[in-house]
Amino acid sequence: MVEFSVWDILRNLLGAAQWTVYLSLIAFVGGGIVGMLLLVLRLSKLRGADTFVGGYVQLFQGTPLLMQLFLAYFGIALFGVNTSAWVAASVALTLYTSAFLTEIWRGCVAAIPKGQWEASSSLALTFGEQLRHIVLPQAVKIAIPPTVGFLVQVIKGTALASVIGFIELTKAGTMISNATFKPFVVYSCVALMYFVLCFPVSLYAKSLERKMNAVRR
Amino acid sequence: MRIQLDFWSVLSQWPLLVKGVVWTLALTLIATLIGVAFGIACAWVRSQNTRAPVWLQWVVGTYVELIRNTPFIVQLFFIFFGLPAAGVKLTPEVASIIAMVINLGAYSTEIIRAGIDATPKGQIEAAASLAMDRMQTFTRVILPPALKKVWPSLVSQIIIVMLGSAVCGQISTQELSYAANLIQSRNFRAFEAFIIATLIYLSLSVGVRRLLNWLGPRFLFGR
Repeated sequence: MVEFSVWDILRNLLGAAQWTVYLSLIAFVGGGIVGMLLLVLRLSKLRGADTFVGGYVQLFQGTPLLMQLFLAYFGIALFGVNTSAWVAASVALTLYTSAFLTEIWRGCVAAIPKGQWEASSSLALTFGEQLRHIVLPQAVKIAIPPTVGFLVQVIKGTALASVIGFIELTKAGTMISNATFKPFVVYSCVALMYFVLCFPVSLYAKSLERKMNAVRR
Repeated sequence: MRIQLDFWSVLSQWPLLVKGVVWTLALTLIATLIGVAFGIACAWVRSQNTRAPVWLQWVVGTYVELIRNTPFIVQLFFIFFGLPAAGVKLTPEVASIIAMVINLGAYSTEIIRAGIDATPKGQIEAAASLAMDRMQTFTRVILPPALKKVWPSLVSQIIIVMLGSAVCGQISTQELSYAANLIQSRNFRAFEAFIIATLIYLSLSVGVRRLLNWLGPRFLFGR
């Protein structure tokens, strides 16, 4: 039997951790784009848009991410498309992220005083111009700390992709612990690596929040 | 290409689904009761208003940050697969409950602490002027309004933990997602099984949220 040292375990886990990072980035960027579109749709006051986006958010926030991953995995396959864990995980995490981001950003836009909308419309700005020049620049400032904070949730969410066979940090941990019979050490290392990924982001979000409160006071 | 969906073949397995729902709710209930109590104790330590020993603040602070920055599935695997190597054997159900309690405890600590820190200084001084000791001040003056303030966020967190329990099926705890998996392995109707499970989760989360929002003001923090 081959002996695995802690260093071997760490080295292999580090290799797998990069996939966690890539998947997080895909989910975050994809979710950001879809979330932005949904937000604009909701703000546009098109008929039914509010209900649609509200239902969308409710659907993704009110069901387990694990089920969403399974549904994406088996759902895409149903259309005869050969699903890789990559595609399913990217799709599910993007949709999941978009629902949360659109809700976070909606709150930020709602925090902009109504007078700003009215003033800009009295200047004969179109809806698009109002958003681009008046509302969004102000909302973005408020939105940054909670958005960064949510990134931590996305990184943690990618761990579930291991269940549909995506080989990232958690899945690699399971495989290595099966090979080495050292689950205690392996899962400690896995947890530690997630911590190393997430904690700086958490701290950054917290410091951003503090900075913003200081400005407001 | 036609896609045929056969929901009936899944629904005919309803006893499994019912059992799954019961387990999901039971896990959530136990985890909530212990987890929130644990969270209150930790929030007491973490708050600036209560002057807990510094070493304890460090211990609780580390616990909270460790849990909040690692995925639930890793915590669960660590408890279920990792701890036996250290000599602690657990059944899947016990491991699930421990994982959920630890998880909810960490998040609710931060939520409840926010409420406790928002207590006006005057109220604490007023309690002291009534010759209340520290424990009485905390349980009667600080805690009830704090819980009331943060109850909506606490409810959201409880829902998140309930949805997170879907992961517990991975270590063969027989909750709802496990039932869905079992059904799809019997009749190969994976998509339908997970749609139905997802819809059940959705209605559970709506229902439990309503229930907790109704219960909270009535029983938890007095009228």
